[in-house]
Amino acid sequence: MSVFVERAGLLTSVQDLGRMGLRQFGVSPGGALDSFGLRVANLLVNNEEGAAGLEITLGGLQLRFEDERLVAWCGGEFEVRFGSTPLPVGHTAHVRAGELLKFGRPRAGCRSWLAVSGGIDAPSMLGSRSTDLRAGFGGWEGRALRDGDVLTLQAWQGTSIPATGVSSWGAPHDWVSPAKLNPVLRFVRGVDWSRFSASSLQRLTREAFAVSPDSDRMGARLEGPELKRVDESDLISEAVAPGTIQVPPSGKPILLLGDCQTIGGYPKIAQVITVDLGVAAQLRAGDRIRFSEISLADAHQLLIERERQLELFRVGLSLHTS
Amino acid sequence: MEIVPLGDSALIVRMRERFDDAPEQTLDTVLRAFQQIENALIPGVIELAPAYTSVSVFFDPIVVAKAAEKPDKAFDWLATWIRAAVAAGADRGKTARSRSRTIEIPVCYDSEFALDIDDVARRANISPGEVIRRHSAGKYRVACIGFVPGFTFLAGLPKELATPRRNVPRKQIPAGSVGIGGAQTGIYPLRSPGGWNLIGRTPLRLFDPQKNPPTLLRAGDRVRFREISRNEFEDVRRRRES
Repeated sequence: MSVFVERAGLLTSVQDLGRMGLRQFGVSPGGALDSFGLRVANLLVNNEEGAAGLEITLGGLQLRFEDERLVAWCGGEFEVRFGSTPLPVGHTAHVRAGELLKFGRPRAGCRSWLAVSGGIDAPSMLGSRSTDLRAGFGGWEGRALRDGDVLTLQAWQGTSIPATGVSSWGAPHDWVSPAKLNPVLRFVRGVDWSRFSASSLQRLTREAFAVSPDSDRMGARLEGPELKRVDESDLISEAVAPGTIQVPPSGKPILLLGDCQTIGGYPKIAQVITVDLGVAAQLRAGDRIRFSEISLADAHQLLIERERQLELFRVGLSLHTS
Repeated sequence: MEIVPLGDSALIVRMRERFDDAPEQTLDTVLRAFQQIENALIPGVIELAPAYTSVSVFFDPIVVAKAAEKPDKAFDWLATWIRAAVAAGADRGKTARSRSRTIEIPVCYDSEFALDIDDVARRANISPGEVIRRHSAGKYRVACIGFVPGFTFLAGLPKELATPRRNVPRKQIPAGSVGIGGAQTGIYPLRSPGGWNLIGRTPLRLFDPQKNPPTLLRAGDRVRFREISRNEFEDVRRRRES
């Protein structure tokens, strides 16, 4: 009922879909930066969508399983093997007791999410098993995994699929592998859109930005054309959220991700839409990105459509596994 | 009142444009709106958080679109609900939330904890002892909790004690540190980096993830500081840890 962490890799943490209802106390939801990816990975191993899995940053993770489990992962372009068998993204593998699961370095993208049947049995704190790395609580002892950790797994109901090896079916590729070369992130206008100069607004949609090395789970700092305000008045702090593009006085925008603070005082020029947050979670230093505007109604429509497709996928999976 | 989208899954309800000109009234207005929107149990709303002049509302657009029956009008539908909820409460006077609790926070202003008190004193042209007297005599109110878990922004700092943030933030500030950042005073709940001027430390634990709610203070609470000796500080801390 446990898994041994032979190599923890650069930054691996226990994450679920995050803790809700605590923003008023300054606690951000956190959770898997690509919550949709974790949901899909969990469905592939017959888990509840919100079961706790692992978020793996830049690979290097090696796990040895004490008992047999189903595993599946979503995320960047990683090479993953169990024993000597490759495990493609978005497929389900049956890992046997004693077998080693290895994540290589990604060819593209930055993070991946691993689901294990049963889920990681980290204690639930404030309604979630996610690790809050900044505040140092939740997940596995409030910290990133280390070599030699032994993670407890929850019990799982054995299943007939797949008896050995890797499933022949998989989840849609654009769900499970959102890393893109030179991605375009879609946004809706931010609450402070009109505080920026016309030329800055043009630069936001016409020019490319490069992801700075100084980026983490809180946010991706972007290098490129400076974005300038026409109105320099001090703003009163108010809510920010994952996807917020805020612009400090330097004019270099910051794209906030899942572990971002709950409030901020910098102007918010734009907000990356929810369905593109999985792409944003794959950004790594040096990547070049562009932004394009869409309407709020279209952003909602994309989200509704994706959820409809996920429902169909769920039904399809139950046919495979019944 | 103005309702603006914060992306596709949140919005901000701005109740006032300014805070500093009338902090008490603004807080009451914002907290009343917070309560009214929460009580309205609007379908799809996940959580609310107040901050100075505004209330943010986080929602599940899929649930909202379904309830609205017009997916392309999800935001408008939600905004209409929120306006109605706030309007219903506007004439009802003070709510339970604004009849807020008063909480006393013991603070030790020992020089080991008060690394920047001389800077604050110099700016105000008073002695460090006078800084302590005025800081601990102030009547404060929690304007907002945020930034990091449990960070408490307090309105009500005597004007002469206002001190700009340090040019170079410290990399490590101990939990419980009491600081001044501009016109606000506040308490660091966790060991964290920070740029405020440190003038003391409380032995109380302001953020505890083992408890729900995890914070000692809430937005709207009234706060008084009580000066304590170093011995009392150590006593309280020992009792807390045992």
